[in-house]
Amino acid sequence: MRLHLLALLAKEPAHGYELKQALEQTFGSAYPSPNIGQIYVTLGRLEKDGLVRAVDVEQSNRPNKKVYYCTAKGRDVLTLWADEPTEGPRVRDEFFMKLVLAPLTGIADRMALINRQRRHYLSLMGDLNDLMARTPPEDRVALLLIEGAMLHLQADLDWLERCQEDLA
Amino acid sequence: MSDPALKAVNLVKVYSGGAVPVHAVRGVDLQVEPGEFIAVMGPSGSGKSTLVHMLGGLDTRTSGEIWIDGTRADTLSESAWALLRRKKIGFVFQFFNLVASMTVADNVELPALLGGASPREARERSRHLLGALNLADRADAPPARLSGGEQQRVALARALANKPSVLLADEPTGNLDSRNTRDVLRLLGEVHRDGQTIVMVTHDARVAGLADRVVALHDGEVVDDGRITRRRTGTAGAVIDLR
Ligand SMILES: Nc1ncnc2c1ncn2[C@@H]1O[C@H](COP(=O)(O)OP(=O)(O)OP(=O)(O)O)[C@@H](O)[C@H]1O
Ligand SMILES: [Mg+2]
Repeated sequence: MRLHLLALLAKEPAHGYELKQALEQTFGSAYPSPNIGQIYVTLGRLEKDGLVRAVDVEQSNRPNKKVYYCTAKGRDVLTLWADEPTEGPRVRDEFFMKLVLAPLTGIADRMALINRQRRHYLSLMGDLNDLMARTPPEDRVALLLIEGAMLHLQADLDWLERCQEDLA
Repeated sequence: MSDPALKAVNLVKVYSGGAVPVHAVRGVDLQVEPGEFIAVMGPSGSGKSTLVHMLGGLDTRTSGEIWIDGTRADTLSESAWALLRRKKIGFVFQFFNLVASMTVADNVELPALLGGASPREARERSRHLLGALNLADRADAPPARLSGGEQQRVALARALANKPSVLLADEPTGNLDSRNTRDVLRLLGEVHRDGQTIVMVTHDARVAGLADRVVALHDGEVVDDGRITRRRTGTAGAVIDLR
């Protein structure tokens, strides 16, 4: 969450609660509801690393609030983040390791592993279909995220079929 | 208990026309309950098309039994099976097979009329299906004027026109882009909720994700047959993070 908060602060200074709201507004239902405690802990770390600074703002009738802003160093870190290509999904995942190793030891055969994994992926896809149907069309960011997850699953299933053809 | 909508017992298909016989389907047992949605999956050449063609009476079996709604179908005369098919089965082909000399609307109405619907019912059903698949404005065109994806959707509408006991479909979204796939998904979900039994060959994970059950073929045999469970509810962020 570090860099996501930093990016929001580079847009405009904010206090912790405003960041929570900004995350919710920007991502709609596509971001797991951020926990305010976690936001403050993350802000503390960003401050320690010199990526943000806090200023105390006086409030009438209430304790001062801390408003955070992004430092020049923070901006550099963000630029690096944006410029770097993003690591794709890992293909040598735990399932792949099972597929290769489990049959060697006789714990499970490949077809059984593939079949179980196929059912698992299809059940996730079913959940995504339901979610897609429940998501209002205005929540564009969430819909894009769901569509992305579906396309990843499609690729996972296609790859499973290749495994079935080659290994079974 | 009611009869299964569809049942295959030790179903076998050997293509013996060529130099060496091809064992395309090797003893498949399958029971489909009324209202079930089954996705048939498996690598290319594993026998998916051959299986659904036999189930729909479009290809003869080598041995085994096929039961439709409690009636043994594979021992019927060709004309008797054709009659049963008209009443009970809707079929979407991998390559749509629309009647070129008829309009889109007539293509969709024909099976309803053959199945015994009145012209008005047939017209209404066709209008509903074409509307749901975003094809209302193409109703009067001949199929040849339609894109591949549009023809595929007409083929689906046609297969559903006589409210068949079983919808058999062979890759009905193979030619569709993602928006058109969404229309097809919505219609399939809708007819399934209304109790339509569906057996569908598909590589499309989104379509398969609608199914209640997956049957996986490999070299003409069923290697997996089981329910697809749904568990999660929640927001996009939460569901997707659970992956
Ligand atoms: N008319 C035919 N004559 C001889 N062999 C055939 C015939 N039709 C299919 N086959 C063979 O039977 C096997 C199963 O073919 P089928 O078309 O059922 O596969 P499929 O699972 O539908 O594949 P795809 O995903 O590519 O559509 C293949 O080996 C195929 O070559
Ligand atoms: Mg096929």
